[in-house]
Amino acid sequence: MDLFSTFFNIPVLMQSLPQLMNGLLVTIGIGATSIIAGLIGGLFLAVLRLYAGPVVTALVRGYIDVFRSIPLLVLLIIVYYALPFVGVRLSPFFSAVTALTLVSAAYTAEIFRAGIEAIPKGQFEASAALGLSNRYIMTDVILPQAIRIVIPPLTNNCINVLKDTALASVVAMPDLLKQATQAQALAANPTPLIGAAVIYLILLLPMVRYVAHLEKRFSRGRS
Amino acid sequence: MKAPLIKISNLRKTYGQFTALHGIDLEIAQGEVLCVVGPSGSGKSTLIRCINHLEAFEDGSEITVDGIPVRPGPDLDQVRAEVGMVFQSFNLFPHMTVLRNVMLAPIRVRKMSEADAEKRARDLLEKVGISVQADKYPAQLSGGQQQRVAIARALAMEPRVLLFDEPTSALDPEMVGEVLDVMKKLAGTGVTMVVVTHEMGFARQVADRVLFMDGGAIIEAGTPTEIFDAPKEERTRNFLHAVLDH
Repeated sequence: MDLFSTFFNIPVLMQSLPQLMNGLLVTIGIGATSIIAGLIGGLFLAVLRLYAGPVVTALVRGYIDVFRSIPLLVLLIIVYYALPFVGVRLSPFFSAVTALTLVSAAYTAEIFRAGIEAIPKGQFEASAALGLSNRYIMTDVILPQAIRIVIPPLTNNCINVLKDTALASVVAMPDLLKQATQAQALAANPTPLIGAAVIYLILLLPMVRYVAHLEKRFSRGRS
Repeated sequence: MKAPLIKISNLRKTYGQFTALHGIDLEIAQGEVLCVVGPSGSGKSTLIRCINHLEAFEDGSEITVDGIPVRPGPDLDQVRAEVGMVFQSFNLFPHMTVLRNVMLAPIRVRKMSEADAEKRARDLLEKVGISVQADKYPAQLSGGQQQRVAIARALAMEPRVLLFDEPTSALDPEMVGEVLDVMKKLAGTGVTMVVVTHEMGFARQVADRVLFMDGGAIIEAGTPTEIFDAPKEERTRNFLHAVLDH
């Protein structure tokens, strides 16, 4: 068997393609859910970390440090295999989303904090001097400016979350990688794995290019 | 003299070991135009930034605006709604058009309708001579234009008091005049103004009272004629000599 029919076997690929596409949908489902939940959680944590009292701030900092340190695979296995011992039984989908969200929120919180801190003090002062409440200072003045700054690092984080969804295959989640390994076993040919790799690239390469483009634009200075 | 609108008593402010304000006592009357002059680091900016509590001050100090004590808490936003401020570095909101900059606070704080806020904003921009640029973003305007927008933004809240923190210090010299002209017009409208400035000509022409500060204390206060033509204190004389004769 030559190299081409081993790794790029078109009939095998065509046969496994529907299965891979189902896997892709699951991957996107896990990724999108975790990204959105992580964004909301991260923004919430960032605001708490900056403006809550000292106790809450310390707790939030502890959370951020812990979830940035723990390997995602370890966390995922704890959520799926260890939590049932204390009566918490999550489906593979929610196990994956929970683990990914906990970690993504920690990273996102740091990104938002850096973005908020990058806004000049004068913006806070000018809006406070007008009598705006803290809520409106955030939603009308600070966050709209901070979000522009954090779009490149946030997109980077989205890329990481989407890549890390592949770990869900270890908790029997039928995501893209899992479908590919199953198809490979069925066909006794690694082409589905190559197919999965190509699909990951098609999904993520444009995002990587987009971040590079944004970073270049931002480094050139804002208009 | 009319009833004081702002009362400041024993205002103290320290930064670590450094004392920025040494127990200031000051009353500012409704409708008064007060200019605060003095060397850099004399505490004049700190003084006006305490009036709307952008700077926290020490315990035992007291400031009231229209009878409302200035302190952290629910009353503070109410005080700030009545006290407009114009900053040295403009501090316009860069992500909003000029019009939106002026409309924001009336909508959010005064709960005005979009239409009313827009009408008021357009009227004010007209007054400060920026109506043509209403739909531009701050970065597209010159410094002088931006500062005039900042004045319109402060005026949109119809404040009782306007604080100016060195409003012309960041401007190119050719733009100072256009901002001072707007401020002179305002001084004639009866709004209370507290102006920290290095523009002695403006202070002499517009102020009801001039305050000379140095080292975190009020050294001398009086009418422009008293301060500029017959200063009693040595330090005032030295300062004016350094600023005016060159």
